[in-house]
Amino acid sequence: MTLHVSMVAADRVVWSGKAKEVMARTVEGDLGILSGHSPLMSLLIPGVVRIDSEDGETVRAVVGDGFISVANNEVSIISEDVSLASELDAAKVRSELEEARAQEDEYRTLLGEAKLRLAEIGS
Amino acid sequence: MAVSLREYRAKISSTQSLKKITRAMELIAASRIIKAQHQAAAAAPYSRELTRAVSALATYSDVEHILTTENPNAKRAGVLIVTSDRGLAGAYASNVLKEAEQLTERLHAEGKEIDYFLTGRKAEAYFSFRQREYLESWTGFSDKPTYENARAIGDRLIHAGGHGLDEEELAAISAVDELYVVFTRFRSMLTQEATAIRLFPLEIVESEEAPAESDLLPLYEFEPSTEAVLDALLPKYLYSRIYYCLLQAAASELAARQKAMKSATDNAEDLIQKYTRIANQARQAGITQEISEIVGGANALADTAGSE
Repeated sequence: MTLHVSMVAADRVVWSGKAKEVMARTVEGDLGILSGHSPLMSLLIPGVVRIDSEDGETVRAVVGDGFISVANNEVSIISEDVSLASELDAAKVRSELEEARAQEDEYRTLLGEAKLRLAEIGS
Repeated sequence: MAVSLREYRAKISSTQSLKKITRAMELIAASRIIKAQHQAAAAAPYSRELTRAVSALATYSDVEHILTTENPNAKRAGVLIVTSDRGLAGAYASNVLKEAEQLTERLHAEGKEIDYFLTGRKAEAYFSFRQREYLESWTGFSDKPTYENARAIGDRLIHAGGHGLDEEELAAISAVDELYVVFTRFRSMLTQEATAIRLFPLEIVESEEAPAESDLLPLYEFEPSTEAVLDALLPKYLYSRIYYCLLQAAASELAARQKAMKSATDNAEDLIQKYTRIANQARQAGITQEISEIVGGANALADTAGSE
């Protein structure tokens, strides 16, 4: 059995496919999901989601506020802001982060920090 | 010759340039509709997932939430009216405003006071011309709304409902018990329909297809708690409903504009044809008159020459 994962942003489907494992950060702590997980609905906090897809590829993405639902080996990651690691540009993220810090916008800062970590791993 | 040939030529050329403009607007609207429809299709999965989650929550929890429970003594209602920024779209904006007036009458009959929220310059103009009050308006995105627009509106509306505020803040702003949105539903390229729906207390829209056997909602475990998940989900659900309304309205606006511009182009063609015929007649009449004048003149000359 494999997991069917779909990662959905407000205006597009960011990623969907089969996966072996999904790691996400929720309000209760880091959450790992393997096939056969019991039905769950949990709130996400800004952070990195990792998906180990069935063909051995690792997909990383930064998600903002949202939620994750698991049922019948189907995983939906739903958030207003989702950006894949491949879409991130370190320089741009850095300037966004500085702006967020200057405005003392806690949510944007958290999101920016997560993006920056991912952008630096990627490059 | 009532009007001179030159005047008809001027009319023809101005009608021709008018036709060029309306034709261009028709084509622009047509190409943008496709984009708007793509946008609506891209937003569908998000709203589908949210709807599923919200109906799962509503089914498995008895939690009372201010966004879901009906208040029998509702006194104030908020109405969001979604119109266009620009005209030249036939009766698009006036249909929405007409629908809004009907809703207003209904709510007044139920003894509720109304706070208005507007999007689109047409609604703004309608309200300020009649010197009617509205709480807030948003403009500049009627034909290409983004999720950010929907979130900004949703934020303001939730605050109108007084959620997430303490009592003092609540007293300071007007709090509404119900919230309606009036927008234009995109049925097809030919029909768009102005409709009013209630946003909250929520009427949860079940998906139209009947659920398959495997689609029965699983018994979710909610983390950290049902209330917390509901609190986080409902605003997002509301934003996504508003986003849906904005996208539908955008597609409708473009379709209405395309239709209006198409008939304007057709009318311009008819006018050009009519004026061309009249101009040809006038030209021919002019020539005939000139010939008869020349012939008459020549005959008169010949007559005087013969008599001498």
